[in-house]
Amino acid sequence: MEIFAQTLVSGLLIGFVYALIAVGLTMIFGVMDIVNFAHGEYLMLAMYLAYWGFALLGIDPLYSLPGVTLALFGLGILTYYLLIRKIIDAPMLSQIFVTFGILIFLRGFAQFLWKADYRAIPHSLLSGNLQVAGVYIGLPQIVAAVGAVVCNGLIFLFMKKTRLGTALEAVAEDKEAARLMGINSDRMFALAWGIGIGSVGVAGALLSSFYYTFPEVGGNFCLIAFVVVALGGFGSVVGAFIAGVIVGLVEVMSGYLLAPSIKFVVVLFLYLAVVLVRPQGLFGKA
Amino acid sequence: MSEILRLENVTKRFGGLAANQDISFTVGKGAVVGLIGPNGAGKSTLFNCISCFYRASGGRILFRGDEITCDKPEGAARKGIGRTFQIVRVFREMTVLENIMIGAFLKHGGTKAARERAGEVAALFGFSARLDWKAASLTITEQKRLEVARAFATGPELLLLDEIMAGLNIQEVRETTELMGRLRGLGVTLILVEHVMEGIMPVADKVVVLDYGRKIAEGPPAEIVKDEKVIKAYLGEKYAERRKHRPVV
Amino acid sequence: MKKGVSLFLLFVALLIVFPLFFRNPFPRHLLIMIMMYAVMSIGWNIIGGYAGQVSFGNAVFFGAGAYTSAVLLTKLGLSPWIGMAGGCVASVALAVIVGYPCFRLKGHYFAIATIAVGEIMAGLFMCWDFVGAAVGIYLPILPQSFRNMEFHATKLPYYYIMLVMLLFAIGVAFWVERSRLGYYLRAIKDDPDGARSVGINIRKYKLYAFCLSAVLTAVCGTFYAQYVLYIDPPSTFGLTISIDLCIISLIGGLGKLFGPVIGSFVFIPLIELTRVYLGSEGQGIDLMLYSALMIVVAILRPQGLYGLFVRGSR
Repeated sequence: MEIFAQTLVSGLLIGFVYALIAVGLTMIFGVMDIVNFAHGEYLMLAMYLAYWGFALLGIDPLYSLPGVTLALFGLGILTYYLLIRKIIDAPMLSQIFVTFGILIFLRGFAQFLWKADYRAIPHSLLSGNLQVAGVYIGLPQIVAAVGAVVCNGLIFLFMKKTRLGTALEAVAEDKEAARLMGINSDRMFALAWGIGIGSVGVAGALLSSFYYTFPEVGGNFCLIAFVVVALGGFGSVVGAFIAGVIVGLVEVMSGYLLAPSIKFVVVLFLYLAVVLVRPQGLFGKA
Repeated sequence: MSEILRLENVTKRFGGLAANQDISFTVGKGAVVGLIGPNGAGKSTLFNCISCFYRASGGRILFRGDEITCDKPEGAARKGIGRTFQIVRVFREMTVLENIMIGAFLKHGGTKAARERAGEVAALFGFSARLDWKAASLTITEQKRLEVARAFATGPELLLLDEIMAGLNIQEVRETTELMGRLRGLGVTLILVEHVMEGIMPVADKVVVLDYGRKIAEGPPAEIVKDEKVIKAYLGEKYAERRKHRPVV
Repeated sequence: MKKGVSLFLLFVALLIVFPLFFRNPFPRHLLIMIMMYAVMSIGWNIIGGYAGQVSFGNAVFFGAGAYTSAVLLTKLGLSPWIGMAGGCVASVALAVIVGYPCFRLKGHYFAIATIAVGEIMAGLFMCWDFVGAAVGIYLPILPQSFRNMEFHATKLPYYYIMLVMLLFAIGVAFWVERSRLGYYLRAIKDDPDGARSVGINIRKYKLYAFCLSAVLTAVCGTFYAQYVLYIDPPSTFGLTISIDLCIISLIGGLGKLFGPVIGSFVFIPLIELTRVYLGSEGQGIDLMLYSALMIVVAILRPQGLYGLFVRGSR
């Protein structure tokens, strides 16, 4: 029973982080109909940034988080202006190939610069466990979950309560109509990329304290992010949040109930099931 | 004249909105029927129901006496119902000939046979000089005509044509009306959604008028233009009132 | 047209005499790999280029072909040629099982679904003891013969077998292009609703294309198993293989007959040579190189290098 509660909590906590990773993906798609296949690789870059901040400069990931987030935010905007802008109206095939190309490029970049070694941050500011009602929870995991929830919440508030956020939603609904209202869709798209990749920056900094960092780490997270977005609905921030938790729970539970090596396969089956049974996910636009 | 299409109380709902409500009429074999009405009246929705792009929420559609149960849009073409789209959907990256061939392939399985048939159809529609042109390089009105040619190449008994005269000048309208006559002569029944009255009135056997999803009038063109409900629908209540108190010219 | 035919015959002639001039194993191996990837890419191009349905999971057919023939050989002693047929059957079944539900999905969803299927297969095979799990299958070293599809003294027979396969694949693509299937696929890619309005059952034709794609890829899987005599999940179900097929067709020309061939002749040497000269240190560089190529082509010249060789609208 205790182990069950343990896995439940673990699943919940990592689920919040999945939600954060997915929210950027869903926002980019919601605003401009582009699927960012390279999403996981930005996470990987963020993790490396946090790692090197620690290894070279001794800065704890919690402190480097703002810097990493800002860097990734800038990277997102850069990616938009350099590449994505050119394929906004291109056929879907081209869009798929470009973001997939970015995926491969970033991964090759990481392999080349930092080799294939697994890196870990051994002792961060918040190491150690909490024990609550017989359940051991790693402190970094809690911090990550809290950070993820906070960040998700901020993004949600931004989208709903600020003028800029409403402008983003307007562009997502109808680019032309938004333009007639004086909203510069180009800048909105850049902003969406900035926020989308920036949020992944937060996730990466948080994950680096309890996850191994290596060039391929983005792959699994990316696939999980896709499952989350599909389940929650492409374009829905709320959906990404709820779905993230569901996927986290499914993943950890299946690892416990079936076998650790199978849990990823189960998640993929979940994707196929969702997408075939209810293509628009829980909250998605059709 | 036997009947080729019968609509009985056809209704199509989207959520709470009834785009088509209780629409009933028949179309005789070999007839030309006009389907008119203000924007948003539900004309294209009705086309989509007949051609199986939508499934009707209520009522029956009978084609050649058999009820149409739509699971897939492609089924309509196979049964003998061809159509064009309000926003033209030619195959832009393919040539004029290839576009028509795609239609011809329905009844002619081999490439050579399909190409020959497509050549014949192209001649009928005046495309013989431009068989190698990419569809995207045609003007919109030519693309519309190409779409009709493509639909005709499937060998349909009933053709649903959606606003093919939009944007044409007077000469072109006349040519298209002539084309409709030729198609009718080849045994095809036509239903045309139109806003261009000069194009449809001369050639239609009867006209069905829709407004807000319902049928408000049906009859020969001469009667329809004088029908008060029709005038009210298009031009508003005030104008209809004014007309009532003026001598009819 | 006549110029095209003579160019093609020249190309074939060059391929036939190539091994007579280049007797070292490495150039021959390179050409074998180029041709093999060309065949698989021609297969990918049928579903991805003509039909416009991007699949990032075609490697499952490669793996299906390789594992089916390997298992039939090691467990039942059946000749790899029978195994090849078996592999084709298995991969067609897979294509139908995956395609039937998934072709309903729109572009991005389908692409991700193919990745999911590929990863699922790789994951399952890693745990499945019957096929050797993570260890894989070592194919038995049998006396060299055509029947055994194993040759030890020289790569020459492998080379010519693959050449025949390439010509076969080109023939298949040629036939598809000129048949109703080819026309319908292009219509489906161009405007699906327009295609439906003229009676095209989109799912049916996409399935045909997918099955053809599967067969062309599966035969290469069997060949590969017999060529390398060792298979494991990463080398046969790997995502990299799937992606390579996409890149090759993209670079060479999507939806064009010789696109995949051109693409393979450009891309595979690039990969092999960067691996040789930069070694494992340069692991990342070759990825960066070819992904940059992929991005540039997708942005600037989506019709691929094919446009350089052939003038005119088609």
